[in-house]
Amino acid sequence: MRMAIPRTVREDFPIFRRRVHGKPLVYLDSAATSQKPRQVIEALVRYYEEYNANVHRGIYTLAEEATAKYEEARRKVATFIHARRPEEVIFTRSTTEAINLVAYAWGLHYLREGDEILLTEMEHHSNLVPWQIVASLKGASLRFLSFDEEGYLVLDDLERVLTERTKVVAVSHQSNVLGTINPVDEIVKRAHDVGAIVVVDGAQSVPHMPVDVQKLGCDFLAFSGHKMCGPTGIGALYGRYELLEAMPPFHGGGEMIQLVQLHTSTYKDPPWKFEAGTPNIADAIAWGVAIDYLCEVGMEAIRTHEKELVQYALNRLQEMAEVKVYGPRDVERRGSALAFNVADVHPHDVAQVLDQEGICIRAGHHCTQPLHRRLGVAATARASFYLYNTEEDIDQLVAGLQRVRELFSRVPR
Amino acid sequence: MSLDELYKETILDHYAHPRNKGKLNNSTITVEGANPLCGDEISLYLLVEGGRIVDVRFEGRGCSISQASTSMMTEIIKGKDLSQVRALIDAFKGMMHGKEPEIDLGDLVALQGVRKFPVRIKCATLAWIALQQALDSFEERGAVVTRVVEE
Ligand SMILES: Cc1ncc(COP(=O)(O)O)c(C=O)c1O
Repeated sequence: MRMAIPRTVREDFPIFRRRVHGKPLVYLDSAATSQKPRQVIEALVRYYEEYNANVHRGIYTLAEEATAKYEEARRKVATFIHARRPEEVIFTRSTTEAINLVAYAWGLHYLREGDEILLTEMEHHSNLVPWQIVASLKGASLRFLSFDEEGYLVLDDLERVLTERTKVVAVSHQSNVLGTINPVDEIVKRAHDVGAIVVVDGAQSVPHMPVDVQKLGCDFLAFSGHKMCGPTGIGALYGRYELLEAMPPFHGGGEMIQLVQLHTSTYKDPPWKFEAGTPNIADAIAWGVAIDYLCEVGMEAIRTHEKELVQYALNRLQEMAEVKVYGPRDVERRGSALAFNVADVHPHDVAQVLDQEGICIRAGHHCTQPLHRRLGVAATARASFYLYNTEEDIDQLVAGLQRVRELFSRVPR
Repeated sequence: MSLDELYKETILDHYAHPRNKGKLNNSTITVEGANPLCGDEISLYLLVEGGRIVDVRFEGRGCSISQASTSMMTEIIKGKDLSQVRALIDAFKGMMHGKEPEIDLGDLVALQGVRKFPVRIKCATLAWIALQQALDSFEERGAVVTRVVEE
């Protein structure tokens, strides 16, 4: 079948030259981290070889070039998610750090005893644990929106769990386990009606589909570069400018200040107020290049390609009676993270057997212990797809699962 | 490296038909072991009388390696006195780190293949480390309930 993205795109990713245990690499773990195109790797090298200098400090040519490229990367990120202005994008280390930034800087400042934070039962630990910490410091409490058998949020419960006491709603845009795409725009409307702000964990949505913060209407959006063809160690927090302006800083130090005296200091405007110390210059610039790359391929094309792949994977896995797939079946309402279990075989054993075939999948709780408790399993196996995956990759996965079945049926029950 | 070396039939047999599975209501020692990374969990129940393990059961869920290792462990320690159990723990842990065992480990030698898959060694040693810590606290304090989390 002709896919939305031709397989020649794989030629941009040097890692696919690699063999694992003598087999071609079948990489099905992009939800954990994506592979990197040559353009991004070259951008890193170019920065270090040609204009490595600290930003916002020197008045020499190299420093000016580095600063210009760093701020250009910020503009690329802002445009990519349709922020109103580049100053709404704060560079962080990752999604995790971005969520901690909101939880600490906004949460410690605004939350009061008795306030409520509404989360969902499908959150990644990074959109759960920071809220637990801040809630306990402020005497606030956590409430949870559950999900149904198919993996959809039970929106009818909003009536009950979203109240005048709710000050923050923090929700993932796309589940990293169930794949569910949550109706963030609707949740935003309901949350704003009661005066709550909405923090969206975009770690799994921003890399895989067009995301427009103005259309979503969210107040904050957190995402990571490494899941979208960029380097590790760089991510961003989008925040509505008025909110960023009113918030106190997160970390204190160099770069984020205007005037420092012994007892007090004044701070820069957002976003620099939130970027204390030397930032991750090289990775921010290379992330900008990753965004150029994704835009060239086209985010609509990537979304379509992944829908085709997930549909194909769902069909193929359905042929195997002993494979149980979690999450929605409707590809319009799900992304490409696909969790499953093979009857009587622990996901670790599944992953081990697949590794021997050169196939990389993830096994475990995928940083979502409460979600797994809710599913009633300790762990799942997870395959996830991106622009460089093909139907042949899924055929390899299915063949690998047949091998799992063979190996584990050697002992009579 | 061949997967048959890892998934020996003895291992799959213990995984499919675990020995001493269940709970002991009159246990002297109860210990829970967990590996948060993979979600492996085991609970060990030991009945110790006169310095000897007279009965043992386990409950748990996890991968074939962790469950088979636990099952085999319960088989070999049942009826042994505590000093023999200590020697078995040392021999098994030694074997998992490349030392030839000097005492007979029975079915457990099937787990030797796990050494070639370093990330899985923890699966094999989970129950043994839990057992060792349980014995340490037992010898200090008498009847115990302990929780061990392996990082
Ligand atoms: C839904 C979701 N949220 C948050 C994260 C955390 O991202 P990072 O580890 O880049 O901070 C991840 C990825 O691991 C994720 O899948």
